[in-house]
Amino acid sequence: MGHTLGEAFALLASLDSRLLQVVGLSLRVSLSALALGTLLGLPLGAWLAVSRFRGRGAAIVAINALMGLPSVVVGVLVYLLLSRSGPFGGFGLLFSPAAMVAAQTVLVVPLIAAVSRQIVEEAWRDYAPELSLIGLSRWQSAFLLLADCRFALSVATLAGLGRAMSEVGAVMIVGGNIDGYTRVMTTAIALETSKGDLALAIALGLVLMAVILALNAAAYGLRAWAGRRYG
Amino acid sequence: MFPLRIAGLAFAPNGKAVLDGVDLELSGEGITVVLGPNGAGKTVLLRLLAGLLPAGRGRLDWGGAALPSGRLAMVFQQPMVLRLSVWANVEFALRPQALSPAERRRRTARVLERVGLAERSRDSARLLSGGERQRLALARAWAVAPRLLLLDEPTASLDPGATEAVERIVREIRTDGAKILMTTHNLGQATRLADDIVFLAAGRVQEHGPANAFFARPQSAAARAYLQGELPWRLPFAR
Repeated sequence: MGHTLGEAFALLASLDSRLLQVVGLSLRVSLSALALGTLLGLPLGAWLAVSRFRGRGAAIVAINALMGLPSVVVGVLVYLLLSRSGPFGGFGLLFSPAAMVAAQTVLVVPLIAAVSRQIVEEAWRDYAPELSLIGLSRWQSAFLLLADCRFALSVATLAGLGRAMSEVGAVMIVGGNIDGYTRVMTTAIALETSKGDLALAIALGLVLMAVILALNAAAYGLRAWAGRRYG
Repeated sequence: MFPLRIAGLAFAPNGKAVLDGVDLELSGEGITVVLGPNGAGKTVLLRLLAGLLPAGRGRLDWGGAALPSGRLAMVFQQPMVLRLSVWANVEFALRPQALSPAERRRRTARVLERVGLAERSRDSARLLSGGERQRLALARAWAVAPRLLLLDEPTASLDPGATEAVERIVREIRTDGAKILMTTHNLGQATRLADDIVFLAAGRVQEHGPANAFFARPQSAAARAYLQGELPWRLPFAR
């Protein structure tokens, strides 16, 4: 155990090229999925918070339930959509980083939408009379409240990034875990562990945890700064 | 839009009457102050006029029309203050109006100047004091050039200096042509601001008349008791 840990730290200290390549691809895929998921999830959550329509309750329950969607199910779904016989098969995206971005986006949108719905709805409860009287449309109100709650919403995006970076099932299915092309930290950890190369698996695990820790620290710092700067 | 005639207005959530047949006629000028004990229905009356609550029964006649033809604004006891700049907190209220960006900027700058917040326009609104927040809310309401401005206890938690500043702004908004209907528990403020007084108790208008006459010779026993500071459970109109 001690020997394996030593090897893992040696890999990190030597900035092993294999390790850097996997970490780099992981960050590119997950941050791209987060960007897309934020663009879709935040407006969806805010709109659900301020709108009233028949079936809204069912929509909220569905979004909340989709937060727990198993990543392998998403993997299969995106696989079917991108496979040659699927509706988007012509784009030839299967077993590419783009397919992995698509799968992770599907995973993070419900999470970001559900958390942002909760945050924006609390603000809406307080502000609805004034916003209605001013005459803002639902969409105008939704975007205004997104701006008002932007620091609290960093939690939603952070949760989305955590979901994207830590999942393994979906990217394994649609990416194929191809060495040097679609191998990311989680799929590499799973593979190297099964091969018995625990040093690389542990090194990647340490990087993964460090990234998540750094992002949480950044979000904490952002909220503390925002509290002092914006009240 | 005026005269505003209110006939038999009632509001009874869950069967409990808050307003129980309000009859009132308001002209389009001056400051009307609504007085009355807690639970009399003052805030509910303002919210019904603003369209924020559905009336149970009764009729609103806005100068012969079912809906107000002019703009209507309301300032709440605890005003909305977004985590945006002071400027943005005013400017967004003009977005629903068909104004050019230049006109929006001009109006925003003008009202912030008039409420004394121009120099703080880039600051976060959440860092304003209670009095400044209320002035910000008044600026937002003023910016839309309302024909009727509803003020729900706008100085309820302010110190005398901040209250004086708010009262000065309210007078200026009236001078700009807005009819003002406000609630307060501050009899001194009512004396200073009101052109006419509506005294509301037990969900009904007990008295409505010129402010001077109301304070000098209140006609109803309920208003006399209220002005003498009688405890609510001893008042003749208590349910």
